[in-house]
Amino acid sequence: MNTTILLFLIQDGITNGAIYALLGLALVLVFAVTRVILIPQGEFVTYGALTYATLSAGQTPGTAQLAVAMGIVAFGIDLFLARKSLHAMRVFRAFAVDIVFPCAILGLTLFAAGRHNTIAINTALSLLIVAAIGLFLYRIAFQPIAHTSVLVLLIASVGCHLAMQGFGLVFFGAEGLRGPAISNAALTIGPLSFSGQSLAVYGITIAFIVCLWLFFGYTLYGKALRATAVNRLGARLVGIRTSLSGQLAFLLASVIGALSGILIVPITTLYYDTGFMIGLKGFIVAIIGGLVSYPITAFAAFGVGIVEAFSSFYASNFKEVIVFTLIIPVLVLRSLAAPEVEEEQD
Amino acid sequence: MSALLTVSDAHISYGKVEAVRSVSLEVGANQIVTIIGANGAGKTTLLNAIMGVLPMKGGVTFGGEDMSRLDIEDRVASGLSLVPEHRELFGTMSVEDNLQLGAFRIARATAARSFERVYTLFPRLKERRKQLAGTLSGGEQQMLAMGRALMGAPKLLMLDEPSLGLAPLIVADIFRTVGELRAAGVSVLLVEQNAQAALKIADHAYVMELGEFVLAGPAPEIATNQQVVASYLGFQHA
Repeated sequence: MNTTILLFLIQDGITNGAIYALLGLALVLVFAVTRVILIPQGEFVTYGALTYATLSAGQTPGTAQLAVAMGIVAFGIDLFLARKSLHAMRVFRAFAVDIVFPCAILGLTLFAAGRHNTIAINTALSLLIVAAIGLFLYRIAFQPIAHTSVLVLLIASVGCHLAMQGFGLVFFGAEGLRGPAISNAALTIGPLSFSGQSLAVYGITIAFIVCLWLFFGYTLYGKALRATAVNRLGARLVGIRTSLSGQLAFLLASVIGALSGILIVPITTLYYDTGFMIGLKGFIVAIIGGLVSYPITAFAAFGVGIVEAFSSFYASNFKEVIVFTLIIPVLVLRSLAAPEVEEEQD
Repeated sequence: MSALLTVSDAHISYGKVEAVRSVSLEVGANQIVTIIGANGAGKTTLLNAIMGVLPMKGGVTFGGEDMSRLDIEDRVASGLSLVPEHRELFGTMSVEDNLQLGAFRIARATAARSFERVYTLFPRLKERRKQLAGTLSGGEQQMLAMGRALMGAPKLLMLDEPSLGLAPLIVADIFRTVGELRAAGVSVLLVEQNAQAALKIADHAYVMELGEFVLAGPAPEIATNQQVVASYLGFQHA
């Protein structure tokens, strides 16, 4: 192997690692706040990517209609649960979030489809659509069972993954799609050449992580999310609703997933079921971080990205096997280091 | 004067075991009311049920409003606050962040005043405001738990065993603060095993045994009741 290939593989690994870092962070966040292991994270990636690609091709993505349909279901659930103390204010708020918000997005999408939009508009619209889906997914599937065990939540999570993958096939078909690159610029430094897209991946990942850090460290809602993750009962006792924290966590996770999808769809062709594999790698990264540590998760992401790049060069048939095998020594080490824990009691 | 908090005919069960049976109590405005009793009498269970942490049968009215169907968060919003036995602090967050979150439900301007008030009551918290809550001593954590509850400007503060596991000097400090709270217009419902200290500052007292109230009355009367002296106050009070 010469230096050029080595550098190229490392660069490729870092690009992938940046995406896994984002996904891993989202998984850690959602687990810490809601105890849900978010298997549908991969679907957020697919939906984001394919919605963006469809919009760029001048068509209306089915995900916009899905958001409206899920909003209507969520509104029904809100009304049903609040039936004993139905204030006008409460109904109005539910109506605004569950009906007006997704309908406005659908309206914008129908308006934008078929026109030549800038990449920024398509990106923003895709993020909005997937954000709404993420929010309603929590409202419909997880909020009613938020108090149950991790296992029940995991089963619901697998169910959501399967359902969303099926919808993905309906909306986008079995053919793969690609989207336009955010930037076509290219930069060469010595033996290294960077495409504009990979620079965009680095830049946006770093900017997003900084934004998340500011959000969690300096805003009241960010601190409230952290508080829920640290001590659920403590958070409720100061008046932070766990449902609010859960919705915020899912909103962030879906935006992170969709953004990752939009970043990679110009680099590789995505199919309706590709997201699952990408999400699983984010999951590996999150497991290495023990589902609690953000910094370890971010570092593990780059490790996994680089291992993946090298294994696809040396043994491309075993690429996935090698990456997923990484989890075994980590689990062994963790089980040796941590004392035995009984099934949680809460 | 009508009571601030009224609990009527409360029954609380863990599965088939009834932990609290037909308990009724009242806390008036600007009052300190204490519930004393041995370990396992059901005091903590009762407080948790009043806060909505545990389900219960029976009525809870607070400030004239029926609480029995409300969630914990809505009870907090109407001015009820609980400092639980295990404090439930946000251990990996700073003292200041813990306090700020205590004011999650109230306006920013009010929160600034609350900060001042809490720092005046507990100057120690101001010194440690950048420290992580989990690294504080037991007494400081108790102060922080009370401070966090006070940040939300509650009308009634329910304290569950605030003196548990603390050094006598710090216990005295905490009880002095409870007295100051009444002066500042906050009512207190205090659950304590340290009956002597609790009866000294309380206006009214209930004695709980095996899930039921066996005695109730003005605190000075309870403090001199022969039965109470024998069971809870021992020789110290004789």
